[in-house]
Amino acid sequence: MGGLDFSLIDWKEIATAILDTLKMLGASAIFTFILGLPLGIILYLASRSSSRRVNSVYVVLSFVVNILRSVPFIILIVAMIPITREIVGVSFGVLGTIPPLVVGAAPFFARLVETSLSEVDRGVIEAAEGMGASTQQIILRVLLPEARPGLFAAMTITIITLVSYTAMSGQVGGGGLGDLAIRYGYFRYEKEVMIIAVVLIVILVQFLQMAGDRLVRHFTRK
Amino acid sequence: MIELKQLTKNYGKGTHMTTALSGLNLSVEKGEIFGVIGHSGAGKSTLIRCINLLERPTSGEVWVGGVDLTSLSTKSLQAERRKIGMIFQHFNLLSSATVYDNIAFPLRLIHTSKSDIEQKVNELLALVGLEEHSDKYPAQLSGGQKQRVGIARALASEPEVLLCDEATSALDPQTTDSILKLLLDINKRFELTIVLITHEMHVIQRICDRVAVIHAGGIVEHGAVTDVFLKPKHPVTRDFIRGELDNSEIIREAMNVSSPISSRVMKVTFLGSKTYESILSKIVRETGVDFAILQGTISTIKDTPYGQLIVRFEGNPDDIVITKDRLIQQGLEVEVMG
Ligand SMILES: Nc1ncnc2c1ncn2[C@@H]1O[C@H](COP(=O)(O)OP(=O)(O)O)[C@@H](O)[C@H]1O
Ligand SMILES: [Mg+2]
Repeated sequence: MGGLDFSLIDWKEIATAILDTLKMLGASAIFTFILGLPLGIILYLASRSSSRRVNSVYVVLSFVVNILRSVPFIILIVAMIPITREIVGVSFGVLGTIPPLVVGAAPFFARLVETSLSEVDRGVIEAAEGMGASTQQIILRVLLPEARPGLFAAMTITIITLVSYTAMSGQVGGGGLGDLAIRYGYFRYEKEVMIIAVVLIVILVQFLQMAGDRLVRHFTRK
Repeated sequence: MIELKQLTKNYGKGTHMTTALSGLNLSVEKGEIFGVIGHSGAGKSTLIRCINLLERPTSGEVWVGGVDLTSLSTKSLQAERRKIGMIFQHFNLLSSATVYDNIAFPLRLIHTSKSDIEQKVNELLALVGLEEHSDKYPAQLSGGQKQRVGIARALASEPEVLLCDEATSALDPQTTDSILKLLLDINKRFELTIVLITHEMHVIQRICDRVAVIHAGGIVEHGAVTDVFLKPKHPVTRDFIRGELDNSEIIREAMNVSSPISSRVMKVTFLGSKTYESILSKIVRETGVDFAILQGTISTIKDTPYGQLIVRFEGNPDDIVITKDRLIQQGLEVEVMG
């Protein structure tokens, strides 16, 4: 095993990998939040309803969410290949990774949303109800603003989970930094590229965590 | 203004069922401050939450301003609720909104224009004395200030009724006093009907016109505060008043004093302007009876002054009877205690 030589590295390939990771992250995060937020709100409302029918909706929904959360991401990618093809036309590359990323992360995010919402003081919700607020007004004007720090924390955790998912998707040729690390480090045993890829992933996670923490702090009023 | 008819509320089902209210009837007049007092678990919170249907009664009717709320659709109920303000023990303000935005909240629900909101909120800020705190968040305020925000928010939609659920129970005595003064002020200014629940008799004594005593989900005694306070009938009521006017101990001791001549212990109650007249001394001078004051209280119930003396009269038994009759003739309440 000789020393490390960084002079032979193809920086253009690394730049492409960074861009691919950011594309996968951005797109999957947006869709995860768009799908997961309403799902989390529905979970929250259904769990609190006094109607028996709505409660059974909660049980079913909750079961589906738990299943999706417990399937290992690697298996989800493979299992979803036909569906992924149906949605984005391909089942590999940056584009082909986005649907499994969303399906893997949205239920996770929805659960975190449900938890954040259930931490909102019941008394405040009741006060709004007493003022004649409709359910929609309670969601938009009470639940979401009051849960805002918790929701930003949930988004931070979710997006960091997505980073590790995108790294895993490298195993099936998903592209991005994870793909690069595995291709060079594992298959060709060129450690230099792998090290750079890993360092970049760590920097990305650190940056996301810090940005998330800042948002949470900025909106915390207690 | 408010009429509760045969109100029953059960929580839970089967063997886990608790009956919080059982066939309770209550009526509150327009413009009065009505107090409900009871021990913890008596059903006070359930009662007040049934008035705006935050808690739906198991059976019975809730009439507010001529409308039976239990018969309304969700939409009409939401509209009726805007005529009923509510304040809470723990304030229940939006922690994520400023004082200004908290007060504006009920107005935004009904899509009031921005300039109207601004005018109304500034008016209310001045009313509750929080003009300088408009941009602060609830966490930056004291308990009393938070309750002032709660009151301003409750008044924003110009309600006809204000419900107060233990509104001063989390506050220290001075702050409690200033909040009660504010409630009294808005009651007069806006002819607002106020229903308040509390476990503290001094709150009732300070601002209420009428009071009901709730015990085990039912009203056991009700009437003008002066009547209920000075002549309590039910043991629970006596229990609440004992803290304020404690006689039992003194009377027991007074009875044990062996006196060579005959003596009677009586409770003499003065009400209104009579409190400040020298009725007692004038009468005993005429009847030749001696007296010793064992205990005395002079205070006010809302704006009505009252005095209550526990007096031992000594002398000729016939003269003592005459003294008692004269006192009653003068319009005082006299109760022979021993
Ligand atoms: N949400 C609830 N679920 C079950 N029992 C309740 C609930 N709310 C109140 N109770 C019960 O109803 C009774 C009256 O409670 P409450 O109205 O809160 O009394 P108070 O306000 O006078 O202390 C109590 O026995 C209490 O345990
Ligand atoms: Mg209570």
